[in-house]
Amino acid sequence: MLKFTEEHEWLKIEGDVATVGITTHAAEQLGDLVFVELPAVGASFSKGGDAATVESVKAASDVYCPLDGEVVEINEAIVSDPSLVNSDPQGAGWFFKLKLANPGDADALLDESAYKELVG
Amino acid sequence: MDVTSELEHTPLHALNLSLGARMVPFAGYEMPVQYAAGVMKEHLHTRSAAGLFDVSHMGQIAIRARSGDNADAARALESVVPVDVLGLAEGRQRYALFTNEKGGILDDLMIANRGDHLFLVVNAACKDADFAHLRSHLGETCDVTMLADRALIALQGPRAQAVLAELWADIADMRFMDVRACELHDAACVVSRSGYTGEDGFEISIPASAAEDVARRLLEHPDVMPIGLGARDSLRLEAGLCLYGNDIDTDTTPVEAGLEWAIQKVRRAGGEREGGFPGADVILPQLAGGAARRRVGLKPEGRAPVRAGAMLAADPDGEEIVGSVTSGGFGPSFDGPVAMGYAPRAAAAPGTKLYAGVRGKFLPVSVTPLPFVPNTFKR
Repeated sequence: MLKFTEEHEWLKIEGDVATVGITTHAAEQLGDLVFVELPAVGASFSKGGDAATVESVKAASDVYCPLDGEVVEINEAIVSDPSLVNSDPQGAGWFFKLKLANPGDADALLDESAYKELVG
Repeated sequence: MDVTSELEHTPLHALNLSLGARMVPFAGYEMPVQYAAGVMKEHLHTRSAAGLFDVSHMGQIAIRARSGDNADAARALESVVPVDVLGLAEGRQRYALFTNEKGGILDDLMIANRGDHLFLVVNAACKDADFAHLRSHLGETCDVTMLADRALIALQGPRAQAVLAELWADIADMRFMDVRACELHDAACVVSRSGYTGEDGFEISIPASAAEDVARRLLEHPDVMPIGLGARDSLRLEAGLCLYGNDIDTDTTPVEAGLEWAIQKVRRAGGEREGGFPGADVILPQLAGGAARRRVGLKPEGRAPVRAGAMLAADPDGEEIVGSVTSGGFGPSFDGPVAMGYAPRAAAAPGTKLYAGVRGKFLPVSVTPLPFVPNTFKR
């Protein structure tokens, strides 16, 4: 199940674990990324918490945790090569895997067509 | 409310839109922050080939002495800048600063001696205040005119000379900071060999009506790419050049900012025309004895960029705050984060370790000589 947030994160949900990243639209808007800071494995966040930071040449932006949960895995590849987020934002450029506290909360997020409508 | 409708447009606005620019508000203008290629590619292209910048938002001002003697205009201008204007030869340009009574900086600018008048280029955000300042201080002896009907473009990078020479062969023998009139595409232009990137290059003042034609001609060249304000900022930061409003302002003196080189001997203590500019009583003693703080280059030790506004501490816990970062970001040619800021004199020596506050942590940075990327001016 693929879900999206209004803050331009995507979630690929398998069981109670969501793989989280930023959308193609967000990656295009940010431009070339030069730095990514990921949360620690084991860190817990509430929905909307600052889970990661991305920096382009010009500016820093926060990546929010899309649902309540605990980080169970992070993608070190984007830390060593932030350009992966630009080249494959919804694939190899994933950020972290989140064990959802309440998997049912995902139903309230946007589906792909609703997100596409949001970003026009 | 449509905020963008209140922003001014440069003569290259339509061209910028047609080139896929992402426009942002800047100093009252709608300006291109980047084009389709993006900041990283635009920056690297400028350092490897040639970049074309629309900087028409900047103020262009002519000063003419009513006596008809350009030396009278130079003398008058020396009353508001700590710079040797009288000794500036015809066809030459020099960097200058408007100072205030505290020794702070009202704006930084370029002054060119055009023979029968002085030609100034000032920052967009300051241009109205600069114009009023000039009128009030020079108005009795000089006519001060804002050249609002002219565009300004910059062509920067190692291929700039070859590209511009295809339109006007004579530029090849210009040196850094030479200024000349020329006809480009039948338009009366003023070309200076200068810029804001650390690269060899040119700034070209063009009548607004001809600006798009000249810009299009230059862009037709395969070596030329349009470059936005985003890359302009990363280029000047790598080159160690100050951004007015960030690195220098009304609370920083030229000596604190490390701009002593802009104050020639004749205006210093013991010089033929010593002082005689606002804030001389602060600036002249600082030239002799130094200032308590100084602008320094800062190289973050990790990969995380350190941005303007970050606090600088002497210790990794951030307990002893000693200064702040005034510009910072990622340097695409340096291939790492780069920053500038103010540190106390005792902590301003290259190699000094300081700590910059980033998202609640204090990250190690080293004081580093500027520039981060060597300049390639044709002196």
